[in-house]
Amino acid sequence: MLDETEVERLEVEAVNSAKTRQPLYSARKKVFPKRASGRFRQFKWLIMLITLGIYYLTPWIRWDRGPYAPDQAVLLDIANRRFYFFAIEIWPQEFFYVAGLLVMAGIGLFLVTSTVGRAWCGYTCPQTVWVDLFLVVERGIEGDRNARIKLDAAPMSAAKLAKRTLKHAIWLVIAVATGGAWIFYFADAPRLLGDFVTGQAAPVAYMTVAILTATTYVFGGLMREQVCTYMCPWPRIQAAMLDENSLTVTYNDWRGEPRSRHAKKAAAEGLSVGDCVDCNACVAVCPMGIDIRDGQQLECITCALCIDACDSVMDKIGKERGLISYATLADYQSNMAIATDPVTATIDPKRVRNSEGRLNAAIAHFRLGRIFRLRTLIYAGAWSLIGVALLIALLSRDRLEVNVLQDRNPQFVRLADGSIRNGYTVKLLNMVPEPRTIVLRMEGLPEAMMTVVGMDLPEGRSVTVEAEPDRLKTIRVYVRLPRESLAEGQSFKFIVEDKASSEADSYVANFNVPEAGK
Amino acid sequence: MSEKQIDELSGVETTGHEWDGIQELNNPMPRWWLWTFYATIVWAVAYSIAYPAWPMISTATTGLLGYSSRVDVKNELAAAEEAKSAYVEAVSAKSVGDILADPELRQFATAAGSAAFKVNCIQCHGSGAQGSPGFPNLNDDEWLWGGNIDQIYQTIAHGVRFAGDEETHVSEMPAFAEVLEPQQINEVAAYVASLEGQADTPDLVPAGAQVFADNCAACHGEDAKGNKEMGAPDLTDAIALYASGQAAIAQQVRHPKHGAMPAWGERLGDVKVKELAIFVHSLGGGE
Repeated sequence: MLDETEVERLEVEAVNSAKTRQPLYSARKKVFPKRASGRFRQFKWLIMLITLGIYYLTPWIRWDRGPYAPDQAVLLDIANRRFYFFAIEIWPQEFFYVAGLLVMAGIGLFLVTSTVGRAWCGYTCPQTVWVDLFLVVERGIEGDRNARIKLDAAPMSAAKLAKRTLKHAIWLVIAVATGGAWIFYFADAPRLLGDFVTGQAAPVAYMTVAILTATTYVFGGLMREQVCTYMCPWPRIQAAMLDENSLTVTYNDWRGEPRSRHAKKAAAEGLSVGDCVDCNACVAVCPMGIDIRDGQQLECITCALCIDACDSVMDKIGKERGLISYATLADYQSNMAIATDPVTATIDPKRVRNSEGRLNAAIAHFRLGRIFRLRTLIYAGAWSLIGVALLIALLSRDRLEVNVLQDRNPQFVRLADGSIRNGYTVKLLNMVPEPRTIVLRMEGLPEAMMTVVGMDLPEGRSVTVEAEPDRLKTIRVYVRLPRESLAEGQSFKFIVEDKASSEADSYVANFNVPEAGK
Repeated sequence: MSEKQIDELSGVETTGHEWDGIQELNNPMPRWWLWTFYATIVWAVAYSIAYPAWPMISTATTGLLGYSSRVDVKNELAAAEEAKSAYVEAVSAKSVGDILADPELRQFATAAGSAAFKVNCIQCHGSGAQGSPGFPNLNDDEWLWGGNIDQIYQTIAHGVRFAGDEETHVSEMPAFAEVLEPQQINEVAAYVASLEGQADTPDLVPAGAQVFADNCAACHGEDAKGNKEMGAPDLTDAIALYASGQAAIAQQVRHPKHGAMPAWGERLGDVKVKELAIFVHSLGGGE
């Protein structure tokens, strides 16, 4: 076990520390995050692996849909206006499923934030994940924090130039791969890759890759924490999502303060000392360059690396972990009330510990039950409600539809025998990737007869149409009603039916006639 | 001013300007803002050299890149022409009957004809081709000069009673006010009205039938079914070009009105006329 004076003290100052705060447009203070290790770092590696894996590999998953549809599992086919997601195919008018998913993503974000704070920012936001990835490269080439600071301060030399060139080259490769992966969601991935490398892909593909390469490189490599601090709206919105029962990364000053580098000496002098040995490990590992001990702040993305850093120091000096921990504001405040001396209004760590030096029983710790609150239940309820509604809609949706546009100019045509004709543009939506034989028939208005433009058929009440796979078939239909049957306000039904699957849809159409006496 | 003046409250340098005791702070623009500003200046200069920019006496500088939005439009139009040239050539080479038999070509011609119709024809026939008194409805199945595709093509190409075209449809119904007695006109009007609907004076109908046989059957036919060779309308059907009813018919017998249509072949060219014919044929009455 180490004595607290043996814990290495790191020379680091938070970029936003109140002492040195400058106007908003002051020059950036460089942040050199130190490598952290621990539970949360492990968890973040795992999440990075999963999210990057999903992003890079998804377009390459194949999914057999037969000869009339692409075999890519996830494909946004903008040219043909189709969205394929494994067994689901979405037509443009069904895009509300995607809108519903976006609403769910929004409410899900509220739910997660009100429960575990800015977990999105800290673990899964692409900005965080790619900055993490870029930092891995940087550390691999330039070394950890101190080596990087030294290199940065050193004058330009062949070795420095070589390291910097290599770092930026690898960053660019990652950036190109990131931008490159994006376009594969919009076209057949293997073919597009071939076209792309041989220079035959569409200009928009190259433009997209170029733009996303630039944003990945600039945001992930060069701007890093500034994107979160200055560009992203989420840090500003999050305050409305959090409440006193939300978990967030917290420095527990009720056991940490007064912080001291020389605890034993101070204790010997009768001064009270907290657990914080002021080693600055939490500041050094912070990718945002802030000091969590200054309290909750908008720059904090709650990546929890400071928890790892602090825990390892606590382990070394033989104290309980959790000087920096996920805690709720309510717990924090109740613990602060215990720790604060009512007379001097200062924190006295002795008040939180019993005679054996353990934290006393009154200290509040997080309980799982806190997750279930009215707010989170409402979020979870709304989220599930939309999810269930979308699922029901998805499972019960039609794959054969009929849309009818009635002619409005002219509304009706009087024929030589005195009968009245109405024209309809009938659109048959065959939304499965198979050719189908569809019967279009009329129901109601028993005297009315129809003909189809371009089909050399006698007048009748039903017609058989060959619908191409996954296509919309438009036919022009004329319906004629004899003079004896004319009356205002009559309607009938167009019914489409696939005889093979007995799927059907219908449309109620009006039949326009001249006003009486005209 | 050689000495820097620092504002005590904010610690920021002042410009030395003071109004009523209020001093102006010298906060510089953010650097990113300044550099963006300089970049826009460089951009503006480069742009004015590369693109048309500076007004001269009668024209403007053309710019090194030689860009012109007019040329762009011209190229786009040329590209559009090029894209449809294969169809246009096919329309030009084939007869209207063959175009009608080719679904793809028919679709193209219908769309092109629809556009041409909106420019040239709706002034008389209406935007829905529904016509109006004196101007035939093209949606229905009554055709003055014939409703098969060749007849429609012929009518559009050469017009009706159009002086400038030798092959134009010509026919003229005499003004029977000078031929028949007023009573005979009333009788024949009653007869014609009775063919489709009700005569106002049914007792005149039998006499009217005789007048019709003597004077009208030559053109309108003994059965009054009309004659498309002469543009003589079918008088037995539910469609009237001018107006229905006995009084209106009597008026038309006395002093007939005659419509006219220009010959479009010369004006629009054969391709457009074919496209128009296909479009009109598609409106529902084509035979």
